[in-house]
Amino acid sequence: MPEIRISQSQFQPESTTPEGGDRGRPVAHEPSEVRKYLLSRGNSALADRVFHVLMVVCGLSIFGIVLLIVYALMLGSALSWHKFGFGFFYKVFSDPVTNLPLFWDPVNARFSALPFVYGTLVSSFLALLIAVPLALGLATFLTEMCPGALRGPLAFLTELLAAIPSVIYGFWAVTVLVPLLRVHVNPPLTRWLGWTGLFNNDNPTGLGYLAGGVILSIMILPIISSLSREVMSTVPHSQREAVLALGATRWEMIRMAVLRNARIGIVGAIILGLGRALGETMAVAMVIGNTPEIHRSLLSNGSTMAAVIANEYAEAVSDMHYSALTEIGLALFIVTILVNALAQLLMWVVTRGTPSQTR
Amino acid sequence: MSVETFKFKSRMRAVTDNAVTLLAILATVIVVAPLIAIFAYLLYKGASSLNLAFFTQIPKPVGESGGGMANAIVGSGVLLAIASAIGVPIGIGGGIFLAEFGRGTKLANAVRFTADVLNGVPSIVMGMAIYVLIVKPQNSIIPFSGHFSAFSGGVALGIMMIPTVCRTTEEMLLMVPHAVREAALGLGVPNWRSVLSITVKTASPGIITGCMLAFARVAGETAPLIFTALGNAFWSASLNTPIAALPLQIYVYALSPYDDWHRLAWAGSLVLIVLIVLAVSLVRYVTSRGVLKGAS
Repeated sequence: MPEIRISQSQFQPESTTPEGGDRGRPVAHEPSEVRKYLLSRGNSALADRVFHVLMVVCGLSIFGIVLLIVYALMLGSALSWHKFGFGFFYKVFSDPVTNLPLFWDPVNARFSALPFVYGTLVSSFLALLIAVPLALGLATFLTEMCPGALRGPLAFLTELLAAIPSVIYGFWAVTVLVPLLRVHVNPPLTRWLGWTGLFNNDNPTGLGYLAGGVILSIMILPIISSLSREVMSTVPHSQREAVLALGATRWEMIRMAVLRNARIGIVGAIILGLGRALGETMAVAMVIGNTPEIHRSLLSNGSTMAAVIANEYAEAVSDMHYSALTEIGLALFIVTILVNALAQLLMWVVTRGTPSQTR
Repeated sequence: MSVETFKFKSRMRAVTDNAVTLLAILATVIVVAPLIAIFAYLLYKGASSLNLAFFTQIPKPVGESGGGMANAIVGSGVLLAIASAIGVPIGIGGGIFLAEFGRGTKLANAVRFTADVLNGVPSIVMGMAIYVLIVKPQNSIIPFSGHFSAFSGGVALGIMMIPTVCRTTEEMLLMVPHAVREAALGLGVPNWRSVLSITVKTASPGIITGCMLAFARVAGETAPLIFTALGNAFWSASLNTPIAALPLQIYVYALSPYDDWHRLAWAGSLVLIVLIVLAVSLVRYVTSRGVLKGAS
């Protein structure tokens, strides 16, 4: 910083020339006590530069992490990539004995990620289907209708729930949600909606895509609602007042002023929720049943990309098995990066004009 | 439009309005009720399972009742210490870069964007990368490589902390008024000193709570530890061996068929939840009133 150098160079000559002669040029042969002290503190120009570089390196480490992850996952998945290519994501093998479709065969080192991709998509979209209407209702209530005294505690509660570890949600789901679904939800669903083929209660455990989707929806609800709330509160009050002044009811005001102005940001919030749902691991791994199969019925056991990694990575049986799992991880990484980047861009478009808010 | 149609239309509008209000309230109740139920259930189960043995004993073998998770608590402590040693300095440095040096530049925007994106990357991917880089290779250059170890688990958690700490630090530093920086520079303080002793110090309550929040988040992470720290049923404090961790132990016990282990898992969940509630409420408190009072 130039200011600092000036302040020091102005200060040094006075202290280093006791007789007052030869102003402006420091005397080299005998440094005074003050100058020794100042020099012992180090050269701030150099220190500043070192500090600056250090901080930039810290900032760039973020890029470093991304590159490191990409490098590691590509290194780990090379074997599987060379053997299966893109077919890894859509190929179906068949069992030599029974001729049934077979996707995941660690014993014979034949792998296809199709059931996991399918499970991930099904459970995530199920979660969005349940969470989005509820989250938008909650966000609307909190920004437009809620009495002030209730707003703080409700916002705090949702924030807290976003921070509860995934494994605890999973534990709760195993002990409370799954028995509940098994006894009170799955039979009626099968009875009334069984004709669609989506609900076929041949799975006595209560685990499956539906259980995974429900627990995912509970987990992504706080994120979607708090981000939509943030976006909705950036809509200027003058917009609301203008619509109200034209004689609109509150719902018409919300629809015309708030939702229409905030729609891009709300889409961003939903996509961010989707990103979380795609990568959510522990809770889903605990309730989805973990079978590498594809079923039409939502009540059947399945598996997701993250779940299969969590279950098999630590005890994979062969290098090819490791490699296939790593390739699933790489795919998951790329997909979540893209989804999150899209969501961030949309959110950024909306909140650009307003000051950054921590809450 | 006849008067009747007009009356009908305005009544329909009022009905729609009320219906939507009702729906929003209904949505809130549907969301909040189970959330409170989850929370109450956790507190009830956890509180009834928590006892002194939980904090002092290691797990008993299958079939024996009692025992605790003392080794997992210590293990989590070790892992979090490694994670903080990595994540906090680098994260704060990145935050200082974003707020003090790179404000408004393209590079800083790119870093900020990448950090936000990285925040949404599944934690299991982080664990996998560490597995490939540290756990798998038998290599003398990489420390503790070649097997599951506490070190690799700590590194995985530490890397996960960096984006969170970086972004909260930046947000807190942006709240420090410019006059404070200018006053320090005006007194002839070198810039690095002004940043560290004045700006960062002014924002330190916010930065510390931001770090706590990141800490609490990674304290509950299970997925990256499954194939780095692996878990351990016995005492271990060595960086070179597999180590137990609270969330890992909860995961294993939750899926076990034994009631006694479930009880321990509930107690462990309660401990994690208390840690998280503390962190979240502290952050809320600091950002709402306490922070930067002396500065502005």
